Amino acid sequence: MYDIIIIGAGPAGLTAALYASRAMKKILVLEAVSYGGQIINSSMVDNYPAIPHTDGYDFATRLYNQVKELKVDIKFERVIEIIDQDKYKLIKTKDNTYESKTIIIATGNSSRKLGIDKEEELVGRGVSYCATCDGAFFKNKDVAVIGGGNTALEDAIYLSNIASHVYIIHRNDAFKAEDVLIKTIKEKNNIECIYNSNITKLNGEEKLESIEITNNDGTIKTINVSGIFIAIGRVPENEIFKNIITLDDSGYILAGENCHTNIQGIFVAGDARHKELRQLVTATSDGAIAATEAIKYLDNDKM
Amino acid sequence: MVKEIESKDFEEVVLKSDGKVLVDFYANWCGPCKMLRPVLEEVASERSESKIVSINVDEAEELSSKYGIISIPCLILFENGKEIDRSIGLKSKSDIEGMIN
Repeated sequence: MYDIIIIGAGPAGLTAALYASRAMKKILVLEAVSYGGQIINSSMVDNYPAIPHTDGYDFATRLYNQVKELKVDIKFERVIEIIDQDKYKLIKTKDNTYESKTIIIATGNSSRKLGIDKEEELVGRGVSYCATCDGAFFKNKDVAVIGGGNTALEDAIYLSNIASHVYIIHRNDAFKAEDVLIKTIKEKNNIECIYNSNITKLNGEEKLESIEITNNDGTIKTINVSGIFIAIGRVPENEIFKNIITLDDSGYILAGENCHTNIQGIFVAGDARHKELRQLVTATSDGAIAATEAIKYLDNDKM
Repeated sequence: MVKEIESKDFEEVVLKSDGKVLVDFYANWCGPCKMLRPVLEEVASERSESKIVSINVDEAEELSSKYGIISIPCLILFENGKEIDRSIGLKSKSDIEGMIN
């Protein structure tokens, strides 16, 4: 029986592990893929206090090593179900079932998909969700960024230094992003903005060759691109919890700043939680709070 | 151990090899690639019969483009010199084991 099982080894989950371990609780971290979470895709992290000019891999690895130094048990297994048994909880993975007095959910979120034909088949063949990972392969080629937020514009600026021509395809008539980014976009002469339009078709067999764009007025056009970078937001991965945990309309777990879910002894930390600002610093902050609340719950239980 | 190879070794080490060879196309600037490496090392150390090699795409541009690498990390599984499976992005240990089996 564990005191706390943490689901997810991103910044929120690992920070929770750090706090819980220092409080001498018996903990286990379960991670589906690899430690670090989505920050590992960031080539530059410049807004985490006191650690300027770092990159996502470095940040994640430092945090992981910090937690490993405390002899925290981290297992690489995907959680498929949690069951609330009143006094304790069951956490099921494909091969094992674990028992714990409390759970901290820190599963983060993932890239939103376009949801059109061939999208999945063409991943790695021209369809990408990470400009900093794959942009370098599109030197002197034409590419398109889909979206109109900060990430989309940052991607477009990054790609404009590599690709020969960058289209930004946005469904509305104006970007919803920081002014400084919009200003930079306008100054780049190889970035072309296509507003009021949706991507409706991906063409190509072995690799992406062109895309079909449908304007809100109904006109359709095809543009030749070798790559598209999809930056239309992120979606939580809370499907497996929704039979017992209350989610908001977008699928995020409903909990306030104290990270308490609707179930006693189950807490949520990081991007999986309903919140205003999803950043590295708010994820680690949640991790500290969720662990502290779980510790309080465990200590009260003893009395 | 995951062995680092260069383009000039590719034919000898991968294409002319009997059985399966898993090739990890990576770059030093790619975070997910760095995350994948210890996972591959673990698979390699537990399964000494599995041949796993890595290729730095920045130093093997021609080879990477020949195999249509436009997203990394990219793992390609070769058997008797032919590509039989391909996986893009960061994968778990069990995904990689499943791919080799």
